[in-house]
Amino acid sequence: MSEGAIGAAHDVLIVGGGGAGLRAAIAIAETSPRLDVAVISKVYPMRSHTVSAEGGAAGVIGDDDSLEEHCYDTVSGSDWLGDQDAIEAFVREAPEELLQLEHWGCPWSRRPDGRVAVRAFGGMKKKRTWFAADKTGFHMLHALFQTSLKFSEVKRYDEEFVTRLLVDDGRVHGVVAIGLMSGRIHSITAKAVVLATGGCGKVFPFTTNANINTGDGMALAYRAGAPLKDMEFVQYHPTGLPFTGILITEAARAEGGWLLNKDGYRYLQDYDLGKPSLTPELRSMELGPRDRLSQAFVHEVEKGRTTDSPYGPIVHLDLRHLGEKLIDTKLPFVRELCTKYERIDPVHELIPVRPVVHYMMGGVHTDIDGATPLGGLYAAGETACVSINGANRLGSNSLPECLVFGARAGRAAAEYASTAGSAPTVVRAQATDEVRRLERDLLGKGPGTESIAAIRDEMQSAMEGAAGIFRTGPEMTKGAETLAELQERVGNVGLADTSRAFNTELMAALELANMLDISECILQAGMQREESRGAHQRTDFPARDDGEFLTHLLVHRNPDGTSRVERLPVTITRWPPGERVYGR
Amino acid sequence: MADSIRLRVSRYRPETDAGPHWQEYDVPLRKDWTVLDGLNHVKNEVDTTLSFRWSCRMGICGSCGMTIDGEPKLACGTFLSDYAPGPVPIEPLANFPVIRDLVVDLTDFMQKLPRVKPWIIPKEDHSNVEPDVEFLQTPGQLDAYQQFSACINCMLCYSACPVYGLDPEFIGPAAIALAERYDLDSRDVGNRQRLDVLIEHDGVWGCTFVGECTRVCPKHVDPASAIQRYKLKAALQTVKAFLLPRGAR
Repeated sequence: MSEGAIGAAHDVLIVGGGGAGLRAAIAIAETSPRLDVAVISKVYPMRSHTVSAEGGAAGVIGDDDSLEEHCYDTVSGSDWLGDQDAIEAFVREAPEELLQLEHWGCPWSRRPDGRVAVRAFGGMKKKRTWFAADKTGFHMLHALFQTSLKFSEVKRYDEEFVTRLLVDDGRVHGVVAIGLMSGRIHSITAKAVVLATGGCGKVFPFTTNANINTGDGMALAYRAGAPLKDMEFVQYHPTGLPFTGILITEAARAEGGWLLNKDGYRYLQDYDLGKPSLTPELRSMELGPRDRLSQAFVHEVEKGRTTDSPYGPIVHLDLRHLGEKLIDTKLPFVRELCTKYERIDPVHELIPVRPVVHYMMGGVHTDIDGATPLGGLYAAGETACVSINGANRLGSNSLPECLVFGARAGRAAAEYASTAGSAPTVVRAQATDEVRRLERDLLGKGPGTESIAAIRDEMQSAMEGAAGIFRTGPEMTKGAETLAELQERVGNVGLADTSRAFNTELMAALELANMLDISECILQAGMQREESRGAHQRTDFPARDDGEFLTHLLVHRNPDGTSRVERLPVTITRWPPGERVYGR
Repeated sequence: MADSIRLRVSRYRPETDAGPHWQEYDVPLRKDWTVLDGLNHVKNEVDTTLSFRWSCRMGICGSCGMTIDGEPKLACGTFLSDYAPGPVPIEPLANFPVIRDLVVDLTDFMQKLPRVKPWIIPKEDHSNVEPDVEFLQTPGQLDAYQQFSACINCMLCYSACPVYGLDPEFIGPAAIALAERYDLDSRDVGNRQRLDVLIEHDGVWGCTFVGECTRVCPKHVDPASAIQRYKLKAALQTVKAFLLPRGAR
């Protein structure tokens, strides 16, 4: 080791232990066994939000299907904002990855002959969605986690929360983290860091996302100088349970479920999504893309054709005609969730649903190998934006995205780490600064005048008002002003909890700071995009504008903490921009 | 229905408390509120120092196991109205060291889990798998192990298990159920390797077949039957070892 450098504790450190993070870890363990790899996660890996994914994972396998068609569905689903080189790589590698999961024991649902079964999914022209009943994410995550245990050399830091990336001269050198159990704050150096912390649905009040989805990786990258991309695109899933926001999977519609308004009418036929038929038709009606279905719901509300509930207007999802046997075989979790949380049985009753924030198309800007512009920093999964999802992700593309780009980011990080040098000693000072911030400015501060929960509530309310299914410039401007006030007020938050042991109040304060930064990025990008595309629908700019906005928006953080938005062209390879056609 | 209900919550902070003590909070009683909603109300509005784990709030991540009115339960799947008029006693999971308030230390399970090799062990010559295609597995073969694959590692079974309470060396219900999950998987040939682990004194023999593990499982996994199956396998193995010459075992 040269003078003025410190040795790396690990070659590669992966932040996040969900689908993307574990896939990255296994990729490194398999392809670069000599490298030292570690996974750090604020929850035990099998608690990660991948666990909640229900419907399935897309990958071309059927004889009647082709890579070309999966590409086209994804490109048109993205409203042409997805990068087509990335989409081609994704579509090509998705079946390989799903097969790999099969070899690792994932209990995929099967056809009678023993081959893997596939089901229809929204926006997909062919049946290509692999599934494990309706607990696909759960089974994938546990198969990945249990397989990762085979690689005992993969070091894990379970229940440790990363608070800062250590960066010097355009390169990442590790992290500072808090061990939740002990409260110990320490730095972990690494030659490369892979961010795989999932999404940030918790910036909104009503979301399918778990409590942990606070955009930590996005905020870490943004503050370290890596830009966030396509943040204005927030996916509302059309079918969430009204009070809890619990997801009712799109597979319920893929298996034949109908969306009904208060008159029992399949209203999607009024929104250029095709004509109703008794059996599900691909890329039509209830199997249209999520952005269009959620927008149709808002129009139904405006027409007074929805039902009022204590939690706002709802429509109904009707599975009754599918029968008990199919529901119990293909959608057992849907029945379990409805029975438990709505006290209704979908075999005999209608399921009340409304659109719910589900997924961030945007994330940390990466290239096709998961590399961010910051040396040694990689990202994959929902944290990242490669982008294959563009302005609207298709259901069942996100699980294979975790696998394909988790593996790619892992391999790329391994390659980087095998040639990278050691960290300069200056990062020690950064680590010391961070320890001081956490110990003195947060833990040692005592009770403050502001409450974490109150600021979080106001942030979520502001985001719902400004960045909903339909948006306007003035609403977003107002939302951004509210966020600026909240950024001031968050400085007056104190901690009543001074214990070092499992201090969830400290966690909540740090997560809130992350979410505030990301919320600002969402609105900054949203204000700049003066058009309507995919999930970003502006009533003041109702048309798609390819001349001006067939481009990604990158939000960079300025040294003074303000943000600036820059543009990056979309990569078009084989599918020139066209009309999105569903149901005709 | 009354409009509020009292939670009696076990509190413990290692720096200041000699042992756990009760603290009471009144929370709104709403028909769709779970115990988790009640605890979050406390955390957000009443006492920000209360610590507990939670994440998905839909019964699949396994984070929020705790003892509610004496029973191990997932807080997100347990409704306050079922305990009206209250109070609702809420304690950490039994049989684990308490880190803080309702948070217990799961290190023991996390160390035990890899011992049962919960991953696919294919034939050494890989003759049961082509690299580019899936293993064939009929719906019937899937059914054979599916139930055991539903374990969410929530630790309710360890909390309910009287044997684990007396002998922390016991490898425990969820780990054994997962071993059986892979044993029963048509893609796997690791039965013997897992049996070697579970035949040891801290393996399946500890179980006195109380069946509490199966009763409390929120995902309808049946660890008790996995344990019984292993006892049979282990007994047969022992008989074989006794009767047969070494090469024929």
